[in-house]
Order: sequence, then C-alpha cells, then structure tokens
Amino acid sequence: MFTEYDPLHDKMLQILDCSGNIINPKFMPDLSLAQIKEAYKWMLYARIADIKAVSYQRQGRMYTYPPNLGQEASALGTAMALEKEDWLVPAYRELAAWLYRGVSVKEVYLFWGGHEEGSKFASAKNIIPPCVPIGSQTLHAVGIAYALKYKKQNNIVLTYIGDGGTSEGDFHEAMNYAGVWHAPIVFVCQNNQYAISTPRKKQTAARSIAIKALGYGLKGIQVDGNDFLATYSAAHAAIKEVREGGMPILIECITYRQGAHTTSDDPTRYREKEEEEIWLERDPIKRLRAYLQQKQEWNEEEDKKLQEQYEKEIEEQFAQAEKQPYPLSDIFQYMYVETPENLRKQQIEYEKFLNWKETQKWQ
Amino acid sequence: MAVMTMVQAINSALEIKLKEDSNVLCYGEDVGVEGGVFRVTENLQKQFGEDRVFDSPLAESGIVGTAVGMCIAGLRPVVEIQFCGFVYPAFNQILSHVARMHNRTRGRYRMSMVIRFPYGGGIKAPEHHSESMEALYAHTPGLKVVIPSNPYDAKGLLISAIESDDPVLYLEPKRIYRAIKQEVPQEKYSIPLGQAKIVQDGHHLTLISYGAMLREAQKAVVMAKKEGYSIELIDLRTISPIDKETIAQSIRKTGRVLSVTEGPKSFGVGAEIMAIANEEAFLNLEAPPTRLAGFDTVPPYPRGEGWYFYPPERIFYEIKKLMEF
Ligand SMILES: Cc1ncc(C[n+]2csc(CCOP(=O)(O)OP(=O)(O)O)c2C)c(N)n1
Ligand SMILES: [Mg+2]
Repeated sequence: MFTEYDPLHDKMLQILDCSGNIINPKFMPDLSLAQIKEAYKWMLYARIADIKAVSYQRQGRMYTYPPNLGQEASALGTAMALEKEDWLVPAYRELAAWLYRGVSVKEVYLFWGGHEEGSKFASAKNIIPPCVPIGSQTLHAVGIAYALKYKKQNNIVLTYIGDGGTSEGDFHEAMNYAGVWHAPIVFVCQNNQYAISTPRKKQTAARSIAIKALGYGLKGIQVDGNDFLATYSAAHAAIKEVREGGMPILIECITYRQGAHTTSDDPTRYREKEEEEIWLERDPIKRLRAYLQQKQEWNEEEDKKLQEQYEKEIEEQFAQAEKQPYPLSDIFQYMYVETPENLRKQQIEYEKFLNWKETQKWQ
Repeated sequence: MAVMTMVQAINSALEIKLKEDSNVLCYGEDVGVEGGVFRVTENLQKQFGEDRVFDSPLAESGIVGTAVGMCIAGLRPVVEIQFCGFVYPAFNQILSHVARMHNRTRGRYRMSMVIRFPYGGGIKAPEHHSESMEALYAHTPGLKVVIPSNPYDAKGLLISAIESDDPVLYLEPKRIYRAIKQEVPQEKYSIPLGQAKIVQDGHHLTLISYGAMLREAQKAVVMAKKEGYSIELIDLRTISPIDKETIAQSIRKTGRVLSVTEGPKSFGVGAEIMAIANEEAFLNLEAPPTRLAGFDTVPPYPRGEGWYFYPPERIFYEIKKLMEF
C-alpha cells in the first residue's frame, strides 16, 4: 500500500465512493459486516454527542466547543485499528476516536464544559488529555513511543494533528525525532481544509501534507478521510508495519470541517456555501450507511431506535457532567504533588475573605 | 470623536499607522481575511492589501522570528499572537532575539516591532486562553510592556508603541475588549510609554492596577468611599519600564499601597510595586505595602473561574484591612 500510494504519486486512497460502492477492492480491509456496522454505530454515537454539545453550548450550558461534524470517519477509522494496549495522543477534534477508546461522553462534556475532571480521561486506557497548544502533543507522542520501544513493549502510538498544526515547529521536530529514533508511531493529520479561517493552501506550499513525511525519512499516505474503509485500511496497514519495526508513518486524512471552527466562529466570513455543499455530498456517515444499505445491513426503523437510545444515553451523561461540583480546593489541590505551604495559605486567606463576605450586607 | 470599544480603538490606531507609514505591516494567524478572531484587524486587509495585512501560517515562532528579520530590513511589523497562552512557541525568538538584537549589534539593528496579544481571563475560555503572564515579559530586559485599561488609552498607547524603536509587547485585556465604550478621537494622538496615570486623587491609600483589573479596582474605590476612605487610583498603563516616580510620589502622600493584579502573585508585577514602596517611600509608610494578585496556580477551567478572578469586594476587603491596620 505504501509503495502504491507513495506521496510522490499524488494519489489518495479511497475504497468507498460517495454512493456506497466499493471501488478499490484490493485494499478492502479485513472487517466483517458486523464490524463495519459496529463502526457505523460508533460514528453515529459520536455525531449525536457532537451535535448535542453544540446545542448545549447554544443554551449556555457548555463553553466554547469545536464541532467534529464530518470528521467521524477520519477519527474513528484510525483509532479503531489500534490494539487495546496501544497509545492514543489526541489533538482536540477526534471525538469519535476518544469515545471508541473508552472516554465517556460525561468526561468529554466536562472538558468542554469547563471542568478539569474532564481532562483526566480516567475511563480510558493509554490516552492523554486533549491538547490545546497546537502541535505540541506530537512530541509527547514520540516520547511515549520511545519509552514503549525502550521497555520492549510491542505497542505503538497514534497521534493526531490538524492541517494548520503541521506549520508548527513542534510537528517537524516530532517527525524528525520519530525518524531518528525509529520510534513506533503513526501520525494522523486530519486535513479538514481550514485552520480557523486560514485555508490549507496558506499553510504550506507543499502539494500535500503526506509528502512532508519523506523529508524526515518516514512514509506517508493520503487517504480519503470521509471514507471509513480507507481510513481504517490505511491505519491498519500503517500500525502493522510500524509494530513490526518499520519506519513511522504519516497518514493525511482529507476531510472537511462541516461546522464552525468552534461555537464562537462564523465560517460565512471566509468560505462559500457552495464549497460546504460539495462536502456534504461526501459525508462519511451517509456514505457508510449507503454501503450497509446495499448489504441489507441497515434499515430506517432500526436506525431511528438506535438514535433515540443514544440520545437518551448522552443526555444522561450530560446531566451528570452538569452536576459535577467545583469546590475552591480543586484549584489548589493538583498544582503540585506536595502542595507548598505558601499555596495552602493562599487558599486559607481566600476562605477567610469568603467568610467575611458572608457577614456583610451588600446593596 | 466617536464612541469606540477597545477593539475599535486598537483597529483605529492600526489603520492610522498603516495609512501613514508604508513600513508598517500587520500579520498573524487569521489576521487577514477574518480580521482576527476578535476582529481587531477587521477590514484592514481590504483597505491595505494582502502584502501589508495577512494571515500567517500557524506558527508563532515563525511570526515573531520573521518580524525580527523585517525589523533588520527596516520594516515596522505589528504582529498578532492569537491568545496569551500561545506566545510560548515564540519565546525563543522574543527572549533570545527581540529583546537582545539591539544590544548585541551595539545599536545597529532596532527591533521596532509590536507584538500584540489578548491576555487575561474572565471570559470562560478553554485552557491556555486566560493567562496573565505579563511579569514574564516585564522581567525580560530589552522589552517594553504596555497594557491599556480603556479604549482611549488603547489607541494612544498603541500609536506610541508602533512608533517606538524598541520592541513593545502590547497586551490587550480581552475581558474588556467590548465592555467599555468611550469617546475616542478619530484622528491621531499618542500617549507616551512609561507614564502611569492617576485616575483619581485620594489621600488615604494608593491603589495601583492596570488592564481589566482596573475596572474592578474602580468599583472597590466606590465601596471604600462609602466607608469614608479616600483612595488614590493609579493605572500603570506601561508595566515596563515602570513609572517609579508617579508610584513613589503617591505612596509618600498616602502612606499606604495596595496593588491589584490578575496574574499569579509570587514574583509578579505586584512584587515590583512593593519594592518601589520600600525603596522610595519607606519613611512614609503607615501600613505594610500589600499585593492582591491571582493565586499561584494556573487559571482554572471556566467552571472554576469564579474562584480565581476575584470580585471588587475582595479589593475592598484588603483596603479595609490596610486602613484599619
Ligand atoms: C500554539 C497555538 N497557536 C494558536 C492556537 C489557536 N488555535 C486554536 S485552533 C487553531 C487552528 C487549528 O487548525 P488545525 O490544526 O487545522 O486544526 P482544526 O482546528 O482544523 O482541527 C488555532 C490557530 C492554539 N490553540 N495553539
Ligand atoms: Mg484544520
């Protein structure tokens, strides 16, 4: 696969077309229909959680939120190819991957709902929190990969970055380190065409992001990020190769951020409706649904039931997240392993003030 | 005169300088088409073209490092870093070059740039969007640090910053980007760097603040007045170089000083003010010079903000303690 799709050939791996037909059986992943259906369900689940987050934000019950709409196949397909003990190092827009790895919707909602309990990701194994400073996580991923190799664990690391993120120095250092150390790592760039308002063509003069891998001695591949079968297939092959001692691999998923950058962004300022409509045609969930429909594995009624069930589950998780208390001590407790006396006193001082405030009559 | 928010006042200063001086350029992430995520550079690209106002790739070290080169070649870049928490990739450039090139080259190359960025919390933003780390820059020899507290000052100070031949870090208190509207002249005027402003005369206690906290301090001054305390309120406006003379004179008069800042307390700007009180007004002191500042913690995620960004009552509480000392 990596020879045929060498970035120098400017080819993009695609397996499923927009109407749900298999157009590239050679690279059809070894997944049963049941597994593909399972993937569809995860994508649906992630999409509902995502849409609900946006609506909670609109109701003023959640803070700034970055919609994942349209990127479900790119996130899920890559994460689904991991084994349990492998590591996942997030950026911040791969919700489906987090959920698949065991992060609860409650935690996700706590995170975007402004609570540190939500960046512990306590319910998932071998994962680190979302990373806001763009690109910096890729170096952490390489460090984890080195440690796995050092400990002779046969596991790999998969990390995410956006198209904009590939401009940061950290990303280049990470690819370079990964190559020099021959580290067991797969980089996934979700190229959703924009970094806030800045289009991909303003980030790099290179003809693809995948091609950047070559300069560091890595392999690269460009895949249709809205085609679950392609993202899974590429990730599966990459992970296998890296696990067996191959050089690190960069997967560029060509996708599209159907929504705004975050709930505070207004995409009408920088992109055209026509462009958005073209990408709606390529919607990853619609596509996989069409495939399942062809295989008689999907019917409307079942889907509706599933959606209702997911909505209920997700609403319950939100209710729990909303109830999470935030005592004053939370601010201090985790700054250090051993809290310095000075810091402890700052909390006590503040409590004194709060007690005093209670006793005052404020007009 | 026109009524402006701080965002509009900054935009107006940029527009004036872009019009007046073809060496002035503005760039940064989403600065061009979008006009910046806070719209501070709105319409500037349309007006001045893509070679003067443009989107940079997503790389802060690149933004500041290229600005160093532009200064060397005689331009006057005004660059934007999108949020206070994202300056750090550019730290190497700022500390190693922006702050030192002039000295290193014995005055041959001037770092006539402005690095603008929104700072401070209180808008319920995600992690890394709320820090108030001005002390880091103020601690760095070779940099000037400016923080306006209202639209009028924002415009006048930015014009001076752009005209300064030394590098200026211009921190914009985003909490009050749109919260205060003020009459601001449409034409050019400037406010000199390095001069604090006495916002209100008083004789019992000197209250020193800047940026978004100045507004909170003003509210506390009103509370204190009800108790019969006369507070002298000083707006630093320029953090570095700090206006020692105005601070010292006021403390010599009142004998009491309270600084009110947002960032972490230890080793912060407040500590510098305390040192000035001791060094320049020791014999006039009636109460221990006192700092009110943020906890020595990171700003919490939005749900904890209510604990971290203290209310005017907290300032009043400290004023009362000092008055009753
Ligand atoms: C170091 C750093 N600089 C700037 C930002 C502000 N910012 C947040 S998201 C973003 C765009 C990221 O674009 P991309 O990497 O393409 O990811 P996407 O948001 O499209 O998923 C920017 C500039 C940041 N978070 N970190
Ligand atoms: Mg992007």
